[in-house]
Amino acid sequence: MKHTIAVLVENKPGVLARVSSLFRRRGFNIESLAVGTTEREDISRMTIVVSGDEKTIEQVMKQLNKLIEVIKVSDLTYNSVERELALIKVNVTPEKRSEIIEIANIFRARIVDVSRESFIIEITGDEDKINAFIDLMRQYGIKELSRTGKISMARGRRTV
Amino acid sequence: MRAANAIVKALELEGVEHIFGIPGGAIIEVYDALFDSEITHILTRHEQAAVHAADGYARASGKTGVAFATSGPGATNTVTGITNAYMDSSPIVVMTGQVPTALIGNDAFQEADITGITMPITKHNYLVTDANKLLETIKEAFTIASTGRPGPVLVDLPKDVTIADIEFDYPEKIELPGYKPKVFGHPRQIKRASELIMESERPVILAGGGIRLSNAQKELLRLAESIPAFVVTTLMGKGAIPETHPLCLGFVGMHGSKYANYALHESDLVIAVGCRFSDRTTGRVSDFAPYAKIIHIDIDPAEIGKNVRVDVPIVGDAKLVLKELVNHVKYKQRKEWEDKVNGWRKAYPLRYIKEKDKIKPQFVIEKVYELCPDAIVTTEVGQNQMWAAQYFKVKHPRQFISSGGLGTMGFGFPAAMGAQTAFPEKTVVDIAGDGSILMNIQELATCVDYSIPVKICVLNNAYLGMVRQWQEMFYNERYSATRLRYEGLSFEKIARGFGAVGMTVEKPNEVEDALKEAFEIDAPVLIDFWVEKLENVYPMVPPGAALNEVIDKEV
Ligand SMILES: Cc1ncc(C[n+]2csc(CCOP(=O)(O)OP(=O)(O)O)c2C)c(N)n1
Ligand SMILES: [Mg+2]
Repeated sequence: MKHTIAVLVENKPGVLARVSSLFRRRGFNIESLAVGTTEREDISRMTIVVSGDEKTIEQVMKQLNKLIEVIKVSDLTYNSVERELALIKVNVTPEKRSEIIEIANIFRARIVDVSRESFIIEITGDEDKINAFIDLMRQYGIKELSRTGKISMARGRRTV
Repeated sequence: MRAANAIVKALELEGVEHIFGIPGGAIIEVYDALFDSEITHILTRHEQAAVHAADGYARASGKTGVAFATSGPGATNTVTGITNAYMDSSPIVVMTGQVPTALIGNDAFQEADITGITMPITKHNYLVTDANKLLETIKEAFTIASTGRPGPVLVDLPKDVTIADIEFDYPEKIELPGYKPKVFGHPRQIKRASELIMESERPVILAGGGIRLSNAQKELLRLAESIPAFVVTTLMGKGAIPETHPLCLGFVGMHGSKYANYALHESDLVIAVGCRFSDRTTGRVSDFAPYAKIIHIDIDPAEIGKNVRVDVPIVGDAKLVLKELVNHVKYKQRKEWEDKVNGWRKAYPLRYIKEKDKIKPQFVIEKVYELCPDAIVTTEVGQNQMWAAQYFKVKHPRQFISSGGLGTMGFGFPAAMGAQTAFPEKTVVDIAGDGSILMNIQELATCVDYSIPVKICVLNNAYLGMVRQWQEMFYNERYSATRLRYEGLSFEKIARGFGAVGMTVEKPNEVEDALKEAFEIDAPVLIDFWVEKLENVYPMVPPGAALNEVIDKEV
């Protein structure tokens, strides 16, 4: 099963390489990985979606914790807000134009670039929502697709 | 202060007395600074050997070993040594020269991305790009290498960084937000462990290299005697308890004794301390200790539950945890179990057939043990290693130094060199194979150069013996590429050619005299023992079999 793991790391060169090298070496499967800064300049946050059984996930977390530059590892699979962002460049024809806009509205997606033949649509949400939207867009012809990978935050008072 | 001088001064403050290495253009500044230092530098003849020597030094002495190499080929030559130290959790710091920061990434002359290369085989590594971070990096390197679960740390030093002018301000302590090894075991877990121990009728302690690393042999012995429990060890744990102690059953696993393997297999409680349940120790892991609950004490939480199921995990330093645990157990006699194990011990002793006109390799080890039981023994890899482990009974864990996790041929000799450097007065013996010894034979030059009187006993069977044994047993005696043909080659002459003492021993009745003579000589000696070529190591748990499926030779 898929787990979402948040990793706080020191903001130093080479940390990303260490993390990805660890996953490769131990045969863990990364589904997605997103990195960015945090409220503290010296700390970055990685969100890693990894698939595996309970034992594998336990090893993933323990092995990550062994990296010197990793400060904290948390499992955010349950009870957390998860978001992903996608940019989708989709073909438009005059006949389909309003149909696409309507679907985008239903999904609360935004059209961020318009040309004669295509739109770029921006959509955020959890994975299922984005997948559903992408599926609907296929019929019009997706020219390009870029997804950020998931980021996640625990609900309520819990912080990582 | 010039950064190169600051590096050397920092090493002095870390208590470093010996460094093994080879200079080159990228690290020449540091060597220049070393010229005025009290630190003894030992110029090995290959960087792999420098790292093995630092590793052997660390294992024998408990101090952090240090190795130097230049950039590019010097650095890449350290890779096997570093991996070896990583697999066996040996505390070493390796410093490599690097091309100037401005050239990094340009494929400059002798540039190799050694931090990239060693990322998966170091506990941590650094490329120092800012001379102002240099001293803090060195402090971190020594701290990380020697604390928690020890391991190798590499520091890559670009040449311009070593020339920079910096203030010498060596930090006393360092702050690593992501590095806080947990040393005290959880009291509730310790309590639970003691309850399991009191309930157990057939307890066995499985001791690993962690006992040596945490200097916990006293505490282990106390626990074993307080329960009382038989102790089996991993190869790395050899000597965790004196091997002549009545509770010690020696090492278990692929070539452990039958009685040790039976005891572990039949136990109802395994108390594992500082070991990682490698496949060579557990045999078929699904059938490992099938009747037992398992208590696992280790400082590395990632080892717990990695290979075997664990009922009571205790994360902490072996010494501290054992000290606490022993307070919670009471002596309880388990006569039936004791008799059973002692019965196995009597029925299935380690044995081999002595012959009058052929030197049995086991016989050589027995003689070494008889003549010099206090020697520090290192081994190469293969049959020689297993016979050494079986027949040399050590009193403490720093007395037996062997490449366990990586199984590196060529480790034993430079490791012996390192151990001898740490203990110039002791006898240090490398039990070698004729294949392995050639992998670092050049270090005879170093031994002669620095008067390091290591004794090398080559068990010369003219084969890559361990591989040949597998071919005999599992590949229909198809000896593909395992015969080592020696027409014209003489180890004795090779030794002499280097300026060391060389001897050849062809008959069993010459073994003792040769060894006696060698132990008297205050110089490096290589003895080439022509042993029985087709001797196999028994007992053996075949690969993929469970420990109770251990087979022995019909005698
Ligand atoms: C560097 C390296 N290469 C290959 C091997 C595989 N290997 C394991 S044991 C062995 C044979 C060792 O021969 P020798 O040193 O003569 O020891 P013996 O088994 O004959 O005592 C080999 C080739 C290894 N362990 N290490
Ligand atoms: Mg051999």
